[in-house]
Amino acid sequence: MISGVWRVAARVRSAFGRADLDREFDEEVAAHLEHAIDENLARGMTAEDARRDAHIRFGGVLTSKEYYRETRGLPLVEVAAQDLRYAVRTLRRSPGFAVAVTLILALGIGANAAVFDVVNQILLRPLPFARPTQLAWIAPAEGTSGLSSVTYSVDAFEEFRAQTQSFQDVTAYDAFSSPENYRLGGHGEPIPLSAVSVAGNFFQLLGVSPALGRAFAANEARPGGPRAAMLSYPFWQRQFGGDPQIVGQTIDLNGTPTTVVGVLPERFDFGAVFSPASHFDVFVPIIPDDMRDWGNTLSIVGRLKPNATIAQADAEARAIAPDLHFNARRFPTGFGYTARATPLKEHVSGHLRRPLIVLWCAVGFTLLIACVNLANLLIARNGARTKELALRAALGASRGRLVRQLLTESIVLTGSGAVLGLGVATVAVRSLARQAALSLPLMSTVRLDGATFAWTLAIAAIACLAFGLAPALRISSHDVQTALKEIGSGMSAGRRHHRLRASLVVSEVALACILLVGAGLLLESFVRVLDQNLGFRPDNVAAIQMDYDDKGPEQRAVVFEQTVEQIRAIPGVIMAGVTDNLPLERNRSWGLQVKGVHYRPGELPGTIVYMITPGYLETMGVALRQGRLFTWSDGAHTAPVVVINETAAHKLWPNENPIGQIAVVNGQDTRVIGVVSDVRETSFETTGAWQMYLPISQARPTGAFLTIRSTLPLAALASSVRSRLRALNPAQSATQMRPIEASVDRAVSPRRFFLLLVTAFAAFGLVLAALGVYSVISYSVAQRTQEIGIRMAIGASASQVTRGILWQTMRLVLLGEAVGAVAAAALSHLIASMLFETAPTDAAAFAGTVLVLLVAALCAALIPSYRAARVDPKQALHPA
Amino acid sequence: MSADKLDLVQGTLDVMVLRTLAVMGSQHGYGIARRIEQVSGDQVLLNQGTIYASLIRLQQRGWISSAWGTSANNRKAKFYSITKRGRKHLAEETAYWHRLSAVVGRVLAMQVGGAS
Repeated sequence: MISGVWRVAARVRSAFGRADLDREFDEEVAAHLEHAIDENLARGMTAEDARRDAHIRFGGVLTSKEYYRETRGLPLVEVAAQDLRYAVRTLRRSPGFAVAVTLILALGIGANAAVFDVVNQILLRPLPFARPTQLAWIAPAEGTSGLSSVTYSVDAFEEFRAQTQSFQDVTAYDAFSSPENYRLGGHGEPIPLSAVSVAGNFFQLLGVSPALGRAFAANEARPGGPRAAMLSYPFWQRQFGGDPQIVGQTIDLNGTPTTVVGVLPERFDFGAVFSPASHFDVFVPIIPDDMRDWGNTLSIVGRLKPNATIAQADAEARAIAPDLHFNARRFPTGFGYTARATPLKEHVSGHLRRPLIVLWCAVGFTLLIACVNLANLLIARNGARTKELALRAALGASRGRLVRQLLTESIVLTGSGAVLGLGVATVAVRSLARQAALSLPLMSTVRLDGATFAWTLAIAAIACLAFGLAPALRISSHDVQTALKEIGSGMSAGRRHHRLRASLVVSEVALACILLVGAGLLLESFVRVLDQNLGFRPDNVAAIQMDYDDKGPEQRAVVFEQTVEQIRAIPGVIMAGVTDNLPLERNRSWGLQVKGVHYRPGELPGTIVYMITPGYLETMGVALRQGRLFTWSDGAHTAPVVVINETAAHKLWPNENPIGQIAVVNGQDTRVIGVVSDVRETSFETTGAWQMYLPISQARPTGAFLTIRSTLPLAALASSVRSRLRALNPAQSATQMRPIEASVDRAVSPRRFFLLLVTAFAAFGLVLAALGVYSVISYSVAQRTQEIGIRMAIGASASQVTRGILWQTMRLVLLGEAVGAVAAAALSHLIASMLFETAPTDAAAFAGTVLVLLVAALCAALIPSYRAARVDPKQALHPA
Repeated sequence: MSADKLDLVQGTLDVMVLRTLAVMGSQHGYGIARRIEQVSGDQVLLNQGTIYASLIRLQQRGWISSAWGTSANNRKAKFYSITKRGRKHLAEETAYWHRLSAVVGRVLAMQVGGAS
């Protein structure tokens, strides 16, 4: 036992005090040889024979030294350290190669680490709540008419909560909570902030306990009860400097004194889970009795009982839904609700599973291409190093030692690539998380974690083996003798190498082809999406939230008319108008039906409703199809009027002129005065929503956005608009003015995100493939210099030689493309759900890919073919 | 070298080195190698260099110790000598070798169809 410890200690010590021990050994060997020589001389040998005999009897000095060392030290550690030093030295001798390989690896590994991180956050990790698998999302089956069609009324929520057996409890939040919907007073000019109303049991149900203070109490959800609010951690830090005494203090929310009862923990990000790309500052309790007449506003989340399954919950929800009341007091019958229960995680990120997996595969492909490329480079490099390696083998390095040596070089390269790659990933992930407009859930929480590091390590190891092992084994399988001989004649091994490298390039091209086809299909879809007629023109339109004191319909109309007139007077402003909701953002729907027709519950879809002033539709560029738009004379005391969109007009009055017809809007007879074009409401991709516009003086708006079409730059416009608004209403808060194009951008941001990444990976793959083509072709040109010289000597022209090289390239690339295109055709249906109006076998994407790859490859082959054409036969045939 | 030299069975070199040191007292590497060759009547195929791996191994186990000194012909050399533990180990090994060689000898002397 003790001797064992001693032995290990001796070995460890000797591994470090190597130089001393080596010197001692050398001295010992010298003494040994001298003794032997002395004895031989004494026997009467000549001096030379004596020396020779001594050496022969000793055996190989290097071999015994190696053997001695292996016995002496911790061979693995020591040999590894030696290999490492040697590898670093070798790589320093070819910095270009080392840098190129490290960069390729850094990009490949970095991209993989970053994508893994995103995938991990969005798909793999459980939601950041207690026992997240018990959480379910309860929503109507299919909502086609905006938020109102995917939410429930307060009565429906309460009835569901009372009836459910599968859920421990259900909770809700107000889905209409929009950015900058509240004002914080008492700090000079009112500060706009984003608040969301949640049911009293919301945090308790999710299992989120406040970092400070408490969650809401029951009496805080009653009308006239104490007003309470909870702060988000970032808002508490930003606005109150992280004041630990904040709990119990009173703040001014929308002019109402409200007590801060708690602060939420730092890692709780409501927006990241429930409303991607938005951040919420304040949480207030839903006061059900105040909201009972507001219609569908609530999104419902439930927590399953421990023994209940989501299937049971779903069946139960389906059964309960039809009997739920929209508003039990006003409409005693069921509303025709539907309901489906799905895992909350599925609701949050289920729709991203396919795109993310595609992205994951794409980035994996990229790394694969990089590895193939590096294997290619290493084979070429090892080929050039045959002499060095053969020499080391002749000097006594074992085959295993050589393989280890070559692998060590790969490990050094991969190691530096991985370290650099983690840097790349960190930067990439940080910038992704900062993309405020990127509407992907759970993204704001993205940061590199242990799982990502582990994954990076794993892919680096795999990459290292993938590109390092094959070339290393190849070199070692070479008989040293043959290797040494081959250097002279240099043909057969060269050929063999070349064939292997050519097939590597073919596979690279094939992989790049698959990526490019994918990117092409996504690009085409993206262009098609952008080409969609939005029904409005977002360019040069900006919107700002406007604060006003609502003193009834008449006063309201006066305020808005004044405001619009003032704004239109700003030089550079072309048109202005006010709306309560903007397209592609929050929306709600009401009932719209033909007077005198009886409809079954649920027969008509909800109609998305906007309350607007004259000028709004003109500002947004919504086209008038029939009739007229509103004027300021459509007021509180004139006949109720409505403008509807084409879809609603066609459905309600398929064979009649809708103008002048009487519709029932929210229970009131209303005359249709105009028909306008359809506006893309919820997303670019969905059409067919019913829409209507009511004059702001005849309905009660819930907020007001001033929209302005102008030729001014946004900043200049914002300051003059804000000063006018403040002149009209000193309580106007400092809300942001934002271009409508920002909402358009956000609506397409997930699509653009995937497109950009896949395109970047495809471009990387393309560059790598071109690099592979270049290295193989130029190697082959170098190998065939003599042959080319001979051909030129017997009359081949430079252009014939060039053509030969280019043809060789074409053959490689076309073969790769053929393989790649077949594989792409087989795989592309997997991304069908990510495409828009583009078939997975879209000819343009395939043809474009083939062309791009061919051009890239031919460009890569230009330099070597130029070199080949300039081969001087005289020099080629008489090598110096 | 003649073709009929014996290859050393794995591990036997260590025992021979120990025995040599036990008999000769302190000795340097060359002396040990020569002694083994002489005693074996030059029947052992010994790359003299391999003796040093054996020496370091024995040293690491604490069976021999070493010190620099001057040889008979006035050359600086490292002298090895067997330790107490080395002698104990040698005794065990010697007994083991005697038993093993006796068994191997008996088995190889077995006659076809012979009674056992």
